[in-house]
Amino acid sequence: MSAATSLNIEKIREDFPILHQLVHGKPLIYFDNAATSQKPYTVIDRIHQYYSFENSNIHRGTYYLSELASNYYEGARDTIQQAINAAKREEVIFVRGATEGINLVASSWGRSFLKAGDEIIISGMEHHANIVPWQQICIEKGAVLKVIPVDENGEIHLDDFKNLINEKTKFVSLVQVSNGIGTINAIKEFIDIAHAHQIPVMIDGCQAAPHMEIDVQALDCDFYTFSGHKVFGPTGIGVLYGKESLLEVMPPYQFGGDMIRHVSFQKTTFNDLPYKFEAGTPHISGAIGLAAAFDYLNSLGRGNLLQYENELFAYADAKLNQEVAGIRLLGNARKKIPVFSFVVEGTHPLDIGTMLDFEGIAIRTGNHCTQPLMERFGVSASARLSLAFYNTKEEVDKFVIALNKVLQLLR
Amino acid sequence: MTIQEIENDIVVEFELLGDWQEKYQHIIAIGKKLPSFPLELQTEENKVRGCQSNVWLVSSFNEGKIFLQGDSDALIVKGLVALVLRVLSGKTPDEILNTQLSFIERLGMQSNLSPTRNNGLAAMIKQIKFYALAYKAKTNS
Repeated sequence: MSAATSLNIEKIREDFPILHQLVHGKPLIYFDNAATSQKPYTVIDRIHQYYSFENSNIHRGTYYLSELASNYYEGARDTIQQAINAAKREEVIFVRGATEGINLVASSWGRSFLKAGDEIIISGMEHHANIVPWQQICIEKGAVLKVIPVDENGEIHLDDFKNLINEKTKFVSLVQVSNGIGTINAIKEFIDIAHAHQIPVMIDGCQAAPHMEIDVQALDCDFYTFSGHKVFGPTGIGVLYGKESLLEVMPPYQFGGDMIRHVSFQKTTFNDLPYKFEAGTPHISGAIGLAAAFDYLNSLGRGNLLQYENELFAYADAKLNQEVAGIRLLGNARKKIPVFSFVVEGTHPLDIGTMLDFEGIAIRTGNHCTQPLMERFGVSASARLSLAFYNTKEEVDKFVIALNKVLQLLR
Repeated sequence: MTIQEIENDIVVEFELLGDWQEKYQHIIAIGKKLPSFPLELQTEENKVRGCQSNVWLVSSFNEGKIFLQGDSDALIVKGLVALVLRVLSGKTPDEILNTQLSFIERLGMQSNLSPTRNNGLAAMIKQIKFYALAYKAKTNS
């Protein structure tokens, strides 16, 4: 535990049952948090409780259990609304994850408002999920995708963004924090510039949500999306925030179930927000579990977590640079979350990852679903460690020792 | 030696080793010994599709036998490639077509061959079978 933070990390680790196991005879070191985060007991127990004592379908039953489940599901929406500071609960839509959030907007907004020759701007550090949906709607509509270049440090610049904007620009979708290299983008400045041209902006907050507080009103973004499983909640649930004025004029994305008000064989009318975008029985336990995850984060204090993670970042950054010969870290942005993508001269990331597994260490290798970004740095793959607040400096020490051992074997 | 006999040899060779880490270290050592392809052979044409690592494969046909050369940019995969070459290179098309390689599974390394790993090794074995089929058709025609 560090003297600089008020957090007792060892005690926090006890909240995560999965962390206390041996892998290949060694204590697990889980450094793949950007892929998915582990779950605290409070989340696991909440889901267990839901299925044990509260499960029923929502918004329809007149009976006790249905009302209970409905209240918890809608209560979860309120929790998320507060967590991201949305102006209205109707602006919080539960989706399967950020991928669905982006697909929903690209499909619903894009199909309604894009026309041939229009332009959409993204950046060169987007996850495939924030590239391909836009690419597809561009193909369908004859629109054009424009890309803000990423510089050598792994940053994007306002000037490049301004140069791409013109009267044809109709939408902007940007990642707040890069999953590939950890860069924290100054998205508020990008949003303000886009708004000066009346262009709506969507933010992919997948890697931001686990590390920082989100305030959609302060950002003034038009859409914001993130996945629950990356923010210590369950898989299969995520959040799409959208400004009411935009969501109101967008057609439904999928049809059936809760999103319907009245059906006859001649005509169907649709429900109000947020239900208009929540077709079918939603992931009730997922939403409730996600709310439990935010309650947990709030109980620790998000400011405390951020402070500790910054400390962990500085420690790991120095350690990797100083003690691993031949390491090349991809991206050296001024502001980063504790995500480190690296390659080591003369070795393949896949070999590094496979051999580290024998040391009980879980990292990600490959292109991290950001092929264009990897190409930008002249590599086809990299190894990536991504830390969370339950990781420790001791784990970083063990990682560096293990990495050096593995590199010796491979070189 | 038959394919089966070479496979048995490899399995025995690995049984002498201790834990998984040692077995992988042995594969790495085998990989290091396999000569790398010169750049002119590392072409798109010779590439077998893999997600995380590249595998290259070249074949030739001489006196009824298929001779194989292979390479990978990842060392563990390269070691496994070397083992596959040791088993299949110099065999006839029929021998290759009629065999169901078992040594990788018997070594307990099938996770490296699972479709989700996509490291190109499974695709490489498939490609070798295609070559065998093509050479067989050529001989028969």
